Amino acid sequence: MVRLNLLLLLVLAACALGLVTAQHQARRFFGELEQEQERSRQLGVEYGQLQLEASTWAVHARVERIASRQLHMRAPEAKRLQIARPGEAAR
Amino acid sequence: MKFAASPVLELTLPVWRSRFLLYVFVAGFGLLLGRAVYLQGLNNDFLQAKGESRYSRVMEVPANRGRILDRNGEALAISTPVKSIWAIPGETHPDKRQVARLAALLEMPQPEIEKRLSDAGRDFVYLKRQISPETAERVAALHIPGLFQSREYRRYYPSGDVMAQVVGFTGADDIGQEGVELAFQERLSGKPGSRRVIKDRLGQTVEDVESIKAAQDGNDLPLALDARIQNLAFGQLKAAVAQNRAKAGAVVVLDVDSGELLALVNFPTYNPNNRSKLAGGQLRNRAVTDTFEPGSTLKPFTIALALETGRVRPESVIQTAPGTLSIGGATIRDAHVERALTVAQIIQKSSNVGAAKIALGLSPEAMWEMFRDVGFGSAPGLGFPGEAPGKVRPFRSWRPIEQATMSYGHGIAVSLVQLARAYSVFAREGELVPLSLVRVDTLPVGRRVMAPKTAAAVRAMLEMAVNRNGTAPRAQIMGYRVAGKTGTAHKQENGGYSADKYVSSFVGFAPASHPRLVVAVMIDEPSTGRYYGGTVAAPVFAQIMAGALRALDVAPDAPMQPIELPPEGQEVKESV
Repeated sequence: MVRLNLLLLLVLAACALGLVTAQHQARRFFGELEQEQERSRQLGVEYGQLQLEASTWAVHARVERIASRQLHMRAPEAKRLQIARPGEAAR
Repeated sequence: MKFAASPVLELTLPVWRSRFLLYVFVAGFGLLLGRAVYLQGLNNDFLQAKGESRYSRVMEVPANRGRILDRNGEALAISTPVKSIWAIPGETHPDKRQVARLAALLEMPQPEIEKRLSDAGRDFVYLKRQISPETAERVAALHIPGLFQSREYRRYYPSGDVMAQVVGFTGADDIGQEGVELAFQERLSGKPGSRRVIKDRLGQTVEDVESIKAAQDGNDLPLALDARIQNLAFGQLKAAVAQNRAKAGAVVVLDVDSGELLALVNFPTYNPNNRSKLAGGQLRNRAVTDTFEPGSTLKPFTIALALETGRVRPESVIQTAPGTLSIGGATIRDAHVERALTVAQIIQKSSNVGAAKIALGLSPEAMWEMFRDVGFGSAPGLGFPGEAPGKVRPFRSWRPIEQATMSYGHGIAVSLVQLARAYSVFAREGELVPLSLVRVDTLPVGRRVMAPKTAAAVRAMLEMAVNRNGTAPRAQIMGYRVAGKTGTAHKQENGGYSADKYVSSFVGFAPASHPRLVVAVMIDEPSTGRYYGGTVAAPVFAQIMAGALRALDVAPDAPMQPIELPPEGQEVKESV
């Protein structure tokens, strides 16, 4: 009887220590999760800002200005246009 | 009980005294036990709450407002988080140096900050709202007690003034105030959630207790607008308004098949990212909220009705000499006198007398029904704030002269969007298409208002109006067949018509063999002496239509030949 009780006491102590470590682990992992979530939020914010920056750079008026002033691009003249229609043989 | 050997020290106490003490202690313990049971078991709510408030916190989970996109996914409005700086005046006592640094960071005058912080009567005062997160971090680095930051969202509009009146803007609290931002507030706005967490003594979250409400981000909203076409139309309109020294202008580009608005442009405009100098006139989306007397652009509807009822055929001849028509004391005039015109030529040359003569053979009720059927007099149903229904007076009150002038677009008020939509009837074999501001994935079903044969006949006439003998040779585009009609009308002012203020317009579609786009152009008060729709609005139409057809890869339906313009000064003038 005494032996059984001692054994149970040991098992109980082991369980209690296990609970403490499990709880500690849980807290630590939760902290990590929390950090990663915060990072994901930050990255989301940065994504939004980058999107904004991209669309600001890609504003049509700016693209057009650069194309015509810096790159000297223009729409082709009509006589240099050739319309290709599907099913028509190339000449 | 014996405590000492010496009889001198012997002390005898009555037994009741020790008993009494024993009972007192037992009662004391009993009392404590009872209190403990009461506090821990029976009435534990208060202490539980007090305890929890030491470590448990409810945190707000922010939600994003949805983006507004164009039809190809280009962003037109994006929210990004910013910070607002606020203070509790009674608790904030910065020194001179700190205030100076703060003023420099917030770009505010120093006395202004001092004034706000010294207002001890208030518990809460905003120093500055919506500053960038970087600036906010530098403010936090000053470590001024009593100064706090809160997270907010700011809306940015990358395309700026080009889309301003369509997209609209949000206020400081991220709630839509104008345009699409207001019209689709429900769909765009996110719903912030909240959750309960446990925090340790360092303020770090250590455990999630429960999610009280999940945060819901707003939905992205893809508009029907095509940024390329919108931008093209904006550039052309801006140039035309400047060139004609006009007061304002608007352009609508409509997809014939889907009823989507590919472009909706207004000028003058404003920058939605910087709204400090904003006047009401810039804010309005004229194409949707303002009505005007359209003038000759309505003639095709009168003619269509006459064709539909079988009163005339395209080749019927109407006597228009001597170029005037008197009805009840009022006289209708043509700009230049022709002897007799066919019905098709009445559209081509835009003869008021011809249109009026045809209209007088129609019943007022039928005309009224035709106007209502093509969407005049009722809001176009875009869901846009402040949509104008326009004005078509009830037919019972029409006098003959009014019926005659209405045939060429006077005494009736429409918005530019309504006009563009009405022309979809001719472009779509007699069907009126429902309009949409947002991208549609399945083609809508149109409502039939006239026979396909009638629509085709009017389309042929509208094509004639654009050739070198019509009123709008400048609306021609190389490589495409174009159909359309000019409009020039005196503006209404103080209950009468102004002698020298005009609205010039042009509505047309292309390619005429299989129409893809309707483009409507309106120029308000051109003031360089030229005011005919054919000279002011038609060239704008041609530029926008040509660019839009190219952007959409529409195959040409005419030979690539240079367009023919009549010699200078010999253009057919439209009757005003």
